[in-house]
Amino acid sequence: MAKKTEKKMTSWDIVQIARHAERPNITSYIETMCDDFVELHGDRFFGDDRALIGGFATIGGEKVVLIGHRKGHSVEENIDANFGMASPEGYRKAMRLMKLAEKFSLPVVSLVDTPGAYPGCEAEANGQAEAIAHNLEFMARLKTPIVVVVCGEGGSGGALGIAVGDRVLMLQNAVYSVISPEGCASILWRDGSKAALAAETLKITADHLLKLKIIDSIIKEPVGGAHKKPATAIAAVKKAVLAEIAKLKKLTLDELVEERYQKFASMGRF
Amino acid sequence: MSWYENPVKEPLRVPTAAIWTVCPKCNSYIANEEWAASCKVCPNCNYHARLGCRERVKLLTDKGSFREINADVGINDPLKFKDASGTYANKAKAAAVKAGIDESVLTGTCKIEGSPVVLCVMDFKFMGGSLGSGTGERILLAAERALKLKRPLIIVSASGGARMHEGIVSLMQMAKTCAAIAKVKEAGLPYYSVLTDPTTGGVSASYAMVGDLNIAEPKALIGFAGRRVIEQTIKQKLPDDFQTAEYTMAHGFIDHIIPRKDMKAFLAKILQYAGF
Repeated sequence: MAKKTEKKMTSWDIVQIARHAERPNITSYIETMCDDFVELHGDRFFGDDRALIGGFATIGGEKVVLIGHRKGHSVEENIDANFGMASPEGYRKAMRLMKLAEKFSLPVVSLVDTPGAYPGCEAEANGQAEAIAHNLEFMARLKTPIVVVVCGEGGSGGALGIAVGDRVLMLQNAVYSVISPEGCASILWRDGSKAALAAETLKITADHLLKLKIIDSIIKEPVGGAHKKPATAIAAVKKAVLAEIAKLKKLTLDELVEERYQKFASMGRF
Repeated sequence: MSWYENPVKEPLRVPTAAIWTVCPKCNSYIANEEWAASCKVCPNCNYHARLGCRERVKLLTDKGSFREINADVGINDPLKFKDASGTYANKAKAAAVKAGIDESVLTGTCKIEGSPVVLCVMDFKFMGGSLGSGTGERILLAAERALKLKRPLIIVSASGGARMHEGIVSLMQMAKTCAAIAKVKEAGLPYYSVLTDPTTGGVSASYAMVGDLNIAEPKALIGFAGRRVIEQTIKQKLPDDFQTAEYTMAHGFIDHIIPRKDMKAFLAKILQYAGF
């Protein structure tokens, strides 16, 4: 019965699950998936973004550098995390940690969950565009495996800024889009209430993205969504991430970087 | 209804297009010859009006040296996109007629004061210069051509950002173009980015901002998020100069602002510094 309901879910229903207040967030992943986590703070220029965090982590015995957007489960946490909307200092911190991963030959695991990069005055002044752009450039050439998991919302450039990976996995009820359905509806339909239609039209769900070859595989969620059984959902993510790291470690670094290049170069060739 | 209840909404001054051009910024009248001679820069307010890609190529390259490449790469419609005003496929066709180009970027090889380079020029007239998969593919192939020929790469941007009609595929073009540019830079070849009005969203957050040098035209709009979105987020009015080339340079993200008429000579000079 529950399975049947799931089959009938629209893209807009999935958007609601992806944004669910109780959906496992990076804190849940760190607590449940990691044997150890050492948070590393700061971009070494001027700040420490609380919307994008990272550090050394051990996942099933595997030492990695973990980075990801941070959302909260309460209003207070969400205010502290700026609702997962990262600023330039967040992207620059992520880059610093990824360079560290390269230096110490540690794989990077990147957990994506953001409505988008923060559209604020200071973020613009401090170079939001430049910070994201440089991450895209450096991640393309980083000489260590990168496994990306789109866990919740993959909001446009703010998501992509930490999502250039050798493997891009996506949870069954996550979404990944160039623009929010609401934003698209208000621009193209001139009516924000057409968000459900925009969500359908934009093809932002995991099954569509797999067909478009934007993602490599879909991680199944418990019936009703990851928030129903967080431990089960997180265990599935852990298993998938470790399997991908094991495969990527078999490649030489030159093969790894060239395959990553070809993967992104082929996107949009039909 | 009386005349005084019905204010005139049309501009009072109607241009005689055959003789005059009205500056889109300051509304002053400029004789067509003067407008053309100044390469569409207003002599009154220094506004640099948007140029079509072929006008720009003519301005920046040595006469007769431009050879288009990647002309066979066209638009794709991966989502079979349709909105309230029709299908993307039809819109793209109409845009091609309007802009005289079938994607938002024109790519080619050329010489700038004798230096051979690979040049990409975006055109805002084609769907707001938006970044489609055809745009991304042309830029990637241009970068690969620069690598093969061991030539510098120059991209002149003019874009509102990603192309919604291609959804996630458009977003991925940001990663794709940056990956190709990273290779060019890794090979020790210069990549110069020229930002013109406007360079925003997904284009500013990808290839336009990662130049070895980032050069802008005066007063060009340069930014990531749209002004309206930011004002709604912070619930404040933004200053007039917010997200201008001058503002972006003052914050450290632009090397130089160069008037249009001096751009070719400036590019030639910085190519020489890079050994080309």
